Amino acid sequence: MATNELPISSSQSLGAVRRPVNTKGWREWLFTVDHKKLGIMYGCVAFTFFIVGGIEALFIRLQLALPDGRILSADKYNQMFTMHATTMIFLFAMPMAAAFANYFLPLQIGARDVAFPRLNALSFWLFLSGGLILNASWFLGGAADGGWFMYAPNSGPVFSPSNGVDFWVLGLQIAGIASLIGSINLIVTVLNMRAPGMTLMKMPVFTWMILVVQFLLVFSLPVITVALVLLMFQRSYGATFFDVSQGADPLLWQHLFWIFGHPEVYVLILPAFGIISEVLPTFSRKPLFGYPFVVFSGASIGLVGFGVWAHHMFASGLGPVSVAVFSMATMAIAIPTGVKIFNWLLTMWGGKIWYSAAMKFAIGLVVLFTIGGLSGVTHAVAPSDTQQTDTYYIVAHFHYVLFGGMVFGLFSGFYYWWPKVFGKMLNEKLGTWNFWFMVIGMNLTFGPMHILGLQGQPRRMYVWTEARAGEGFFNLGFWNMVSSIGSFILAVGVLFFIINVIKTTRNKERAPLDPWDARTLEWLTTSPPKVHNFDRIPVVHHLDEFFHRKYVEDETTHVMTQVAKGEDLVRAEEAAADADIHMPGASYWPLLLSIGVAVLGMGIIYGTPIMVVGALVVLFSSFGWVLEPSVPEPIDFDSPSHDGHTKEIASLG
Amino acid sequence: MADIATHDTDHATDHGHHSSTGLSNNKLAMWLFLGSECLLFGGLISTYMLYRGRVQNGPHPSQIYDIPFTSVSSFVLLMSSLTMVLAVSSAQRKDDAKTNLWLVITALLGATFIGGQVYEFTTFYREGLGFTTSLFGSSFYALTGFHGVHVSIGVIMLLSLMGIIKKGKITGDKAEVVELIGLYWHFVDIVWIIIFTLVYLIPS
Repeated sequence: MATNELPISSSQSLGAVRRPVNTKGWREWLFTVDHKKLGIMYGCVAFTFFIVGGIEALFIRLQLALPDGRILSADKYNQMFTMHATTMIFLFAMPMAAAFANYFLPLQIGARDVAFPRLNALSFWLFLSGGLILNASWFLGGAADGGWFMYAPNSGPVFSPSNGVDFWVLGLQIAGIASLIGSINLIVTVLNMRAPGMTLMKMPVFTWMILVVQFLLVFSLPVITVALVLLMFQRSYGATFFDVSQGADPLLWQHLFWIFGHPEVYVLILPAFGIISEVLPTFSRKPLFGYPFVVFSGASIGLVGFGVWAHHMFASGLGPVSVAVFSMATMAIAIPTGVKIFNWLLTMWGGKIWYSAAMKFAIGLVVLFTIGGLSGVTHAVAPSDTQQTDTYYIVAHFHYVLFGGMVFGLFSGFYYWWPKVFGKMLNEKLGTWNFWFMVIGMNLTFGPMHILGLQGQPRRMYVWTEARAGEGFFNLGFWNMVSSIGSFILAVGVLFFIINVIKTTRNKERAPLDPWDARTLEWLTTSPPKVHNFDRIPVVHHLDEFFHRKYVEDETTHVMTQVAKGEDLVRAEEAAADADIHMPGASYWPLLLSIGVAVLGMGIIYGTPIMVVGALVVLFSSFGWVLEPSVPEPIDFDSPSHDGHTKEIASLG
Repeated sequence: MADIATHDTDHATDHGHHSSTGLSNNKLAMWLFLGSECLLFGGLISTYMLYRGRVQNGPHPSQIYDIPFTSVSSFVLLMSSLTMVLAVSSAQRKDDAKTNLWLVITALLGATFIGGQVYEFTTFYREGLGFTTSLFGSSFYALTGFHGVHVSIGVIMLLSLMGIIKKGKITGDKAEVVELIGLYWHFVDIVWIIIFTLVYLIPS
C-alpha cells in the first residue's frame, strides 16, 4: 500500500459513521471480519437450521408412520418436504461446509486470514438474510411447496399461487450471491496466500477438496441464478418463460436447474470427503494412502460432475442418444469415487487404529456412502432408473449419500476439530452414544425406503392407505413404521451431540494443544488460535508439515522417531513471533450491505417503495465500503500510541 | 514477512511478498467473477436461442430489428473499449489528467450505448413487443436488459472512480483499480459482440 497517501478512515469518507474498532461483546461479533469468528457464526446458524430441517423431517415421518396420516394437510405436507430439503441443502449442508472451510482453510495453508475478510463477512450476512427470508415464508402466507427442484411450470403463478415460491426464489438468489462471493474469496485465498513452500501438492486434502468445491460453485451458481431470475420475472412481472400456452419448453427449467443441481451434489459431499481424508490418516497413524490419487479423483469428480446433469431427467423423454451419453458419464463418475474409497480403506489397512468418535464417524461415512454409491450406480442405468424415478428408492439413495456421507463427515469434523476451535475436548463416551444412535437410526430410517421404493411407493405423497399396502415382507405399513421409528432414534442421536456440546462447554478442563497427534498446520498454533493465527508464518517442506516437524524418518529402517511434541513446536513459534502484525479491521459495511440486499429483495414481493429503500442502502454501503481501507488507519483509533501502532495491534502480541 | 497484511487492498508486490500466482488478489478475484459471469450470460443466451423463433403474439424478430441502428450503437460500445485501454495506460503512466479524460470519454460512450438501448426498447414497445408479449419478447428483454444493467453499472463505477481519484481517496493502487474496472468493461463489451451476432445478425 502506498504509504505516502493521506490516511483515510470511514469516519472521514462518509462523515456519518466511525469505524467499529476495538469493539467488545456482541458488537465484536456483529462487525467482525475475522475468518475464525465468521466460521463459528456459520457453524451456529447452520446447526440451527439443521435442527429446523430435522424437525420438518420428523413431521414428514409422523405423517407417514400410519395409514391415512392426519398430522399434516396435503398442502402443509408439500411445504414440509420442500422446506426440509431446501433447508438441509442450502441452509445446513453448504453453510456448515463453509463454516469448516472458513475456519480451517486459512489455518491449513498457513495464512492469517482469507483474501477478502470483509467480503467473507458479507457472505455470512447474505447467507443469513437468505435463510431468514426463506423461512419467513412460514409466517407470511405459507412456505414454498414445489419440491427443492421447484420444477417450472408447476412453480409458475398458475399452479403455485401462494407467495411461498416468491420467498424461496428470493432467498435462494441471496444465498446464492453469498456462496458465489464466498467461493471467489476462498479460491483466491488458496491460490495466492499459501505459506512459503506449500506447493499445491503439499496442500492438505481438506483444503484441496474445498478448492474443488469452490470452482464447482463459481461455475454452477450463475446457472441456477438464471433459472431463479427467469422464474421471478414470470411470477412477479408476468414474463412468459415457463408459460406452456405460449409455447414454452417445460424442460428449460429442468436443464438449468440440474446443470447447477448436479455439481451441487458434489458441493455437498466433497467437503465431507476432505474432512475424513484428514481424520482417517490421523487416527490410523499413517499418511493418507495415495495422496495424489485422492486429490485428482476429487478434481475429476468435480469435472465430470458438470457433464451428468441429465441423469436427473431420464424419465423426461430426452431421446436415446442423450440418455446413453449421460448414462455412461454417470457410470464413469463412480470410478474416481471408488478410487477414493479404496484409498481410505488402504489408509486404515495395517494402521494402529484409534477408534475415537471422529474416527467412528469417518468409518461410518466410508461404509454408508458406499451403500448409497452402489444404489447410485443403479440409477445410472437408464432403464432401471425409469422404474425408480420418483419412488422412495431415490429417497433412500440420496439420504445414504447425503446423511450417511455428508452428515457423518461433518460430525467427524466436529469431534476432530472441536478442541482446536474451542480449546476443549468433546466427551468421547457421549460421542460413542451419538455415533451408534445415528448409525442405527439412519439405517432404520433410510434402509426400508429401498424396499418401499421398489414396491412403488411414490415420493412426495402425503398419505398411503392400508388397502393398497400389500402383504407379508413387503407390507408398506410395516416398513413405513420402521422408518418413522428410525427417524426418532436418529433424532436422539443428534440430541446426544447437543448434550455433549453443553456438557463440554461447562467443563473447565482445557484440551491439550495436539490431542490427536495430528498432521496438518492448523495444529501449529494455540487452541483456539490467536486473532492472527500464527505467531510466525510457517515455512513448509513436507506434505503433513506438522507431523514431519514432530517425527523424523530413519533413512535406512524407515522407522519414524518422535523428536518433538506438538506443544514444544507451538511454544517455539510463540518465542519467534513476528513483530507488527497488521490485521484487517472490523467494519459496519458487510452487515449494512446485506440488510440492503435483503430489503431490496423483499421489495420485489411487497412493492417498489421498499425496493427503492433497499437500493439506497445498497448504494450507500457500497460507497462506504469502497472508501474504507480494509486495515484500520491510526486515525480510526481514539488515541494512537506514539510509535504509530494502534491499540488493537498492540493487543495482539 | 513481518508486515504481511491480508486484506482487500493488499498489493502483494508492494510488500515484497509475492502471491503464489503472480496475480494480485483483486485481479484474480475479478477474473473468477468474470468466469462466473460467462455462465450467467451463457444461461440467458441459451434461453434466448431456444425461444427466439417462438412468437404467438406480437412482432417477429425480423419485423422489428433495426440492424443499421444497432450496428452503430455496437460500434460506439466497441470504441469505449479502446478508450478504456487508453485510460488504463494513462493510469499506469501516472498521468492523472489523461486518465480522467479517457475515463470520462469511456463513460460517455457507455452512456450513449445505454441511450441507444433505451431508444430501441421504446421503439420495440411501440411496435407491439412487450416484456410479456411472447417468449421471444421475454427472452429478448431479459438478455439485452441484463447486459444493459451491466453496462450501466460499469458507467456508475467509472464515474465513481473519477470522483474518488479526484478527491484523492482511493484505497490501494490506483492503476490497478482502473485496470480492474477495465477488465469488467472489456468483458461486457465482448458479451455484447456475442449477443449482437446471435440475437441480431443470425436470422431466426
